[in-house]
Amino acid sequence: MEIIMAFVIGFLFMAATYLFLTKSLLRVIIGTGLISHGAHLLILTMGGLGGKIPPVLTNGAANGDYADPLPQALILTAIVISFGVTAFILVLAYRAYQELGTDNMDMLKGDDNNE
Amino acid sequence: MNNLILFPVIAPFLFAAILMFIPKKVKLQRALTIVALTVTILGTIWLLVRVYHEGVLSMTLGDWQAPFGITMVSDLLSVLLVLTTTVVTLFVVLYSFPTIGVPREKFYYYSGVLFLLTGVNGSFTTGDLFNLFVFFEVLLMASYLLIVIGGEKVQLRESIKYILVNVISSAFFVIAVAYLYSITGTLNMADLAVRIPQIEYVGILTTVAVLFLVVFGLKGAIFPLYFWLPSSYSAPPTAILALFGALLTKVGVYAIMRTYTLFFTMDIGFTHELLAFLSIATILAGCIGALAYFDVKKIIIYNVIIAVGVILFGASQLNESGLQGALYYIFHDMIIKAALFFMIGLIAILFGTTDLRKMGGLMKTKPALGWFYLIAAFGLAGIPPLSGFAGKLLIVKGGFENDHVWGSIIILVTSLLVLLSVMRIFIYAFWGEPVKVNEIPRSTYRQMFIPSIVLVGLSILYGIGTEWLYPFVSDAANVLQNPSIYIDAVLKE
Repeated sequence: MEIIMAFVIGFLFMAATYLFLTKSLLRVIIGTGLISHGAHLLILTMGGLGGKIPPVLTNGAANGDYADPLPQALILTAIVISFGVTAFILVLAYRAYQELGTDNMDMLKGDDNNE
Repeated sequence: MNNLILFPVIAPFLFAAILMFIPKKVKLQRALTIVALTVTILGTIWLLVRVYHEGVLSMTLGDWQAPFGITMVSDLLSVLLVLTTTVVTLFVVLYSFPTIGVPREKFYYYSGVLFLLTGVNGSFTTGDLFNLFVFFEVLLMASYLLIVIGGEKVQLRESIKYILVNVISSAFFVIAVAYLYSITGTLNMADLAVRIPQIEYVGILTTVAVLFLVVFGLKGAIFPLYFWLPSSYSAPPTAILALFGALLTKVGVYAIMRTYTLFFTMDIGFTHELLAFLSIATILAGCIGALAYFDVKKIIIYNVIIAVGVILFGASQLNESGLQGALYYIFHDMIIKAALFFMIGLIAILFGTTDLRKMGGLMKTKPALGWFYLIAAFGLAGIPPLSGFAGKLLIVKGGFENDHVWGSIIILVTSLLVLLSVMRIFIYAFWGEPVKVNEIPRSTYRQMFIPSIVLVGLSILYGIGTEWLYPFVSDAANVLQNPSIYIDAVLKE
């Protein structure tokens, strides 16, 4: 199971990297979503998958029978944060599109001569 | 009563939430913000006194035993950083009254500042790595608001890049935390410090340490990860720029100092050597930037990057002089950078431009500004007896004691380049043929100038009172040097 997860995470990172390198701002934002999800899945995998018993210590529950609850708590926090940030970027991208008239990352370059 | 540790985090948060209900009442907002910051400063001073007398304080949320619950820890380093942060924020808020403009004030500017303070203070206080990530996100969210508030074209363009860089670095933070958790099975910093020496696989821990260096280095703007900082920071108005330049990079620097002294000490020969090399590269890159531009904002922004390098070089030495020097320098830098940004903002408003080549002759009309700018510039470069001197001297001494003679020599030489870069502003703006300056009302001028004077005064006091501050700084450096003090305080029964 961990092997499959590793491939899934690797694929997410790969897709995110591809999207980061494209010119359209919207694709870049989708890329940030994918990279966050890859990171979340990575926490889950790193905590160890499997285990059938709920993570409450009862008599007879040997170590390894239950899934580690901490990664799930961490992911929950991280998901909420990435959700909020993604919402913010989407609104910002829309405003920037209205104001600057483009969503092409090449056109968003700025230097001393082009403020 | 260890709950006092949470006070500098909770108080700004509470006031920020209250301010969100009264966006249109600007006068009331200003008054409440001042009240919030004063209350926070008083609480932090009380906390400082307690930490100084009783040693490291810690509390666990919900009374869970230390390695399991979230721990908040206040040692002298973090409480001093919290105090300096809050004081600088108070001056930034005073400076923003005349400069930031009513539309921004009505659009939750003060809430944003207080939320940022919540995040920064929380990052300095927390004793748990995942909690550090959460507080990083709190301060980043507030900084996203502050960098884009006002919605000018350049702000929108630069904030997109700022946010994208930070989202990616946050993802890397989560990845690094995940790896560390799978290796050690804990995220409590004190517990990590106990467990890491017991782990045999040094190689993978070193990898994780470097991954954390990348994450914190992106926030703290070390070489080569500072690329986003100059253009992003030059977009917002000067008050916000001062807030960012003085505080935000210091959070990354603090995180590196904390992790690299407390638990990533398993392979000092590689990680700390890398850190020393990167900090010297940071200093050099910052110097090149500071000398290359004719834009006053850019010059001071590149000086922020130089300071990050100097502090981290001191921290990477891991000996008494180096750590003490790094601490002296980090407090000095927060104060002096805010003061310099304030005066740069004033100069830019007077001339109506940030281009040095269009300035000149301010000394004839505004001599006081000139002299205070000169003092701040000397303080930045570390000319005795001003505030930068003691820190830089100790950092250089630390390098000499530790076979990093080349690093110390580079720091000494680049001090002259730092002085040159800020003196260029002085020469262009204050000397030469007078250029026509904008008329700004006397009261506005005074409101902008007085916070700058007080901050420069603080930095002079800091320089003269170095001897008096010594017990605090040496105690703080002592905790960094002997992690067992920190571990005992957190994991005690």
